Amino acid sequence: MPILVSIPTPLRGLTKNLDTVNGTGSTIEEILANLEKEYPGIGERLVDEEGRIRRFVNIYVNGEDVRFLQDKATPVKDNDEISIVPAIAGG
Amino acid sequence: MATEFFSHLKCRECGRLYPKKAIHVCEFDFGPLEADYDYNLIRSQISRARIESRPQSMWRYRELLPIDGDPTVGLQVGFTPLVKARQLAQALGVKELYVKNDTVNYPTLSFKDRVVSVALSRARELGFKIVACASTGNLANSVAANAAASGLKSYVLIPADLEASKVLNSLVYGTNVIGIHGAYDQVNRLCSEIAGKYGWGFVNVNLRPYYAEGSKTMGYEIIEQLGWKIPAHTVVPMASGSLLTKICKSYQEAVRVGLVEESHFSIHGAQATGCNPIALAHKAGTDLIKPQPKPNTIAKSLAIGTPADGYYAVNVMRKTGGSAEDVSDAEIIEGIKLLAETEGIFAETAGGVTTACARKLIEAGKIPRDEPIVLCITGNGLKTAEAVQPHLPSPRLIKPSLREFDQLVAAELQGSPATV
Repeated sequence: MPILVSIPTPLRGLTKNLDTVNGTGSTIEEILANLEKEYPGIGERLVDEEGRIRRFVNIYVNGEDVRFLQDKATPVKDNDEISIVPAIAGG
Repeated sequence: MATEFFSHLKCRECGRLYPKKAIHVCEFDFGPLEADYDYNLIRSQISRARIESRPQSMWRYRELLPIDGDPTVGLQVGFTPLVKARQLAQALGVKELYVKNDTVNYPTLSFKDRVVSVALSRARELGFKIVACASTGNLANSVAANAAASGLKSYVLIPADLEASKVLNSLVYGTNVIGIHGAYDQVNRLCSEIAGKYGWGFVNVNLRPYYAEGSKTMGYEIIEQLGWKIPAHTVVPMASGSLLTKICKSYQEAVRVGLVEESHFSIHGAQATGCNPIALAHKAGTDLIKPQPKPNTIAKSLAIGTPADGYYAVNVMRKTGGSAEDVSDAEIIEGIKLLAETEGIFAETAGGVTTACARKLIEAGKIPRDEPIVLCITGNGLKTAEAVQPHLPSPRLIKPSLREFDQLVAAELQGSPATV
């Protein structure tokens, strides 16, 4: 079974308007690198110049924020669900 | 006053510039947008004398607020008392202490009237007819009142379990109050969906860059009321962390436009232990904010588990040499009573948080006892009365008889003769 990556509305222009795409790789870092190969331009929207996940981008593996797992080294396996969600401003 | 002091919106992360519309997030990296100004122009036009000649409201700092024309909402908001708190200073063992008393802000008795008067003035400039907010109570009260007074229709969305008084203080203005079964963060998430779909002016979503700037006026007033000086220490309650970052911005801007001499200042942040994601990050030496999924504190106005400005707030405290603290519900009640009994100021639970955290920071030596300290007290105690009520005695009841009164006094003085 594939790894599913859900894409937020503001980035769907880069994924041919797909709200979910297949991910490949065994870590979040590999998933993001492969996303960039398939959908050029998406990488810099998610990761900054130093290679860190952008501060206002949240990436969840099965609902868990990778910042509180192993960040980009967080392992992923078949059937995992990855969500990319911009932080909500407010309050 | 048609002016171009306010030039554009700017992403806090990447610095990309955006037009002054109802937008709040950078399209590129999702960073928050912030108002940016032509500070050279402001510097050339603003002066202490000019400000002092204007009416005593937050709008006397008009050049540093993000609207294009004259303000149209909340003209009387702000310029609340800065109280020299001698008895509280004595109780806390410090030399010089002030309370910035937004419990008496106009019209809805919290600092939120500052942000709302900016947000709604801007909402009108942008042509909105319906305004709305996600709120823990005070903001809802202010949006409801100020919208009513300016002929705007409003919707306020709040967690369903707020204090009765905070709910009533929205309902009375004829607004649409929507209670959500969920915590503030869920209300907030829903509001960002509604804002996208309905195109309303959400003061703390798509109007947030304008709204947030209103908080700066609390800082300008503190400076002016201290005789044009920046206090060495300011203690600020933190929910989203926005107020704390804006107090810092106000101090920096006042220097930048030539209103005040540069001097060292520290900004300290206060939270409730039942919802302390920012304080926790600061104490742990990180700026990674771990969301608190289930806030549990009587300080409901501070119960934001996913604070939007948490990262920036931590960094303001760290860069200014400030510190963060959090306090239990029992300490919050003690803080409310201490402020009331020493200064005659009845603050809501968030004010108890600020007072109690200040006490802890002073006792821990993180705020020195011999430097000026300002406590930002942001909301009125009548709005959260139910939190304090169980901790106060009941009135003693007697018949309208002098004899009964004499007996009561005599009992209290435990037999010692009554004095006149």
